[in-house]
Amino acid sequence: MKRAVVFLLALAFVNVVSAQDYSPGDKAMDFELKNIDDSMVSLSDYPDANGFIVIFTTNHCPYAKAYEDRIIELDKKFKSHGYPVIAINPNDPVAYPADSFEKMKVRAEEKGFTFPYLIDETQDVAKTYGATKTPHVFLLERENGALMVKYIGAIDDNYRDAKAVKKKYVEDAIASLKAGESVDVKETKAIGCSIKWKD
Amino acid sequence: MKRLIGVMFFLLVLFFNGQSQEIKVSDFEGLEPALYKSNDTTYVINFWATWCKPCVEEMPGFLEAATAMKSEKVRFIFVSLDFPGQIDARLKPFVKKHDMADMVILLDDPDSNSWIEKVHPQWSGAIPATLIYNSVDRDFYEKPLSYNDLINIIEHKME
Repeated sequence: MKRAVVFLLALAFVNVVSAQDYSPGDKAMDFELKNIDDSMVSLSDYPDANGFIVIFTTNHCPYAKAYEDRIIELDKKFKSHGYPVIAINPNDPVAYPADSFEKMKVRAEEKGFTFPYLIDETQDVAKTYGATKTPHVFLLERENGALMVKYIGAIDDNYRDAKAVKKKYVEDAIASLKAGESVDVKETKAIGCSIKWKD
Repeated sequence: MKRLIGVMFFLLVLFFNGQSQEIKVSDFEGLEPALYKSNDTTYVINFWATWCKPCVEEMPGFLEAATAMKSEKVRFIFVSLDFPGQIDARLKPFVKKHDMADMVILLDDPDSNSWIEKVHPQWSGAIPATLIYNSVDRDFYEKPLSYNDLINIIEHKME
């Protein structure tokens, strides 16, 4: 009995240990990560951007794959409005060889990614942002020089069928920001592939 | 005669195997009552998919625990989040291999934001995820669980 209690406490503790975990309204940190063209990319490289659609995604995850075309569409649609997509792969390539840096280059080429696809080798960015799964979106907006988190969650409400989507969470949030209004739906949850953390 | 019985037995086995191949499919509304039963049974509700590597890795431990707890008031339900288009190609072969058809239900409800919090407010949506509850309390684990984890948690719950 005593052992079971100790065990359950240990289990609960493990659950709590995760870094910062942003909520809407928090200030987001910048980062410097390696892009698939081997250059280093930071959000500070985009002084003219009004904000960013930061998306944690992976090659292997079927839910992430289901959204690849929609991520490209988001970038095409909103880059010119000052909200480019920044994709980040936070997964452990030892556990998931399909998510290696080399395979990221291959996938980006195959799909014709129009945005940076960065590797988060230390997983620090994913931990700081509080990404738990892929795909996982963090919409940021620049306010007085700081990047503020405006929306966290899913791209829309139907992973399976883009044509059956009723709520385009990211697009709606950007529309509100552009209109100078506050974002209506600030947070959503969706099924995704859990990020494999390095030991 | 003996051979005839043998053949009949074989056909019977085939028949039941065929029967157990059908996968139940439900939207969240159909699944929800199974998440809020109030009786003397402890329920282990595991959210998984064949495409999810850690889910597939933890499955043998879950099935072993289900077998070990067969005579107890514990019920395991494996809620698959496989794509409905892959039932025949992926889900059925896995379910057959692990002889778990009577414990599996496919949750076909793409607007997951509308139901994830109803499973548990702590759930971010990543799988594997497991809800273990009885009429007294509910525990939620958004991470893989081993056979020993499960036995410990369930025994603690049943005390």
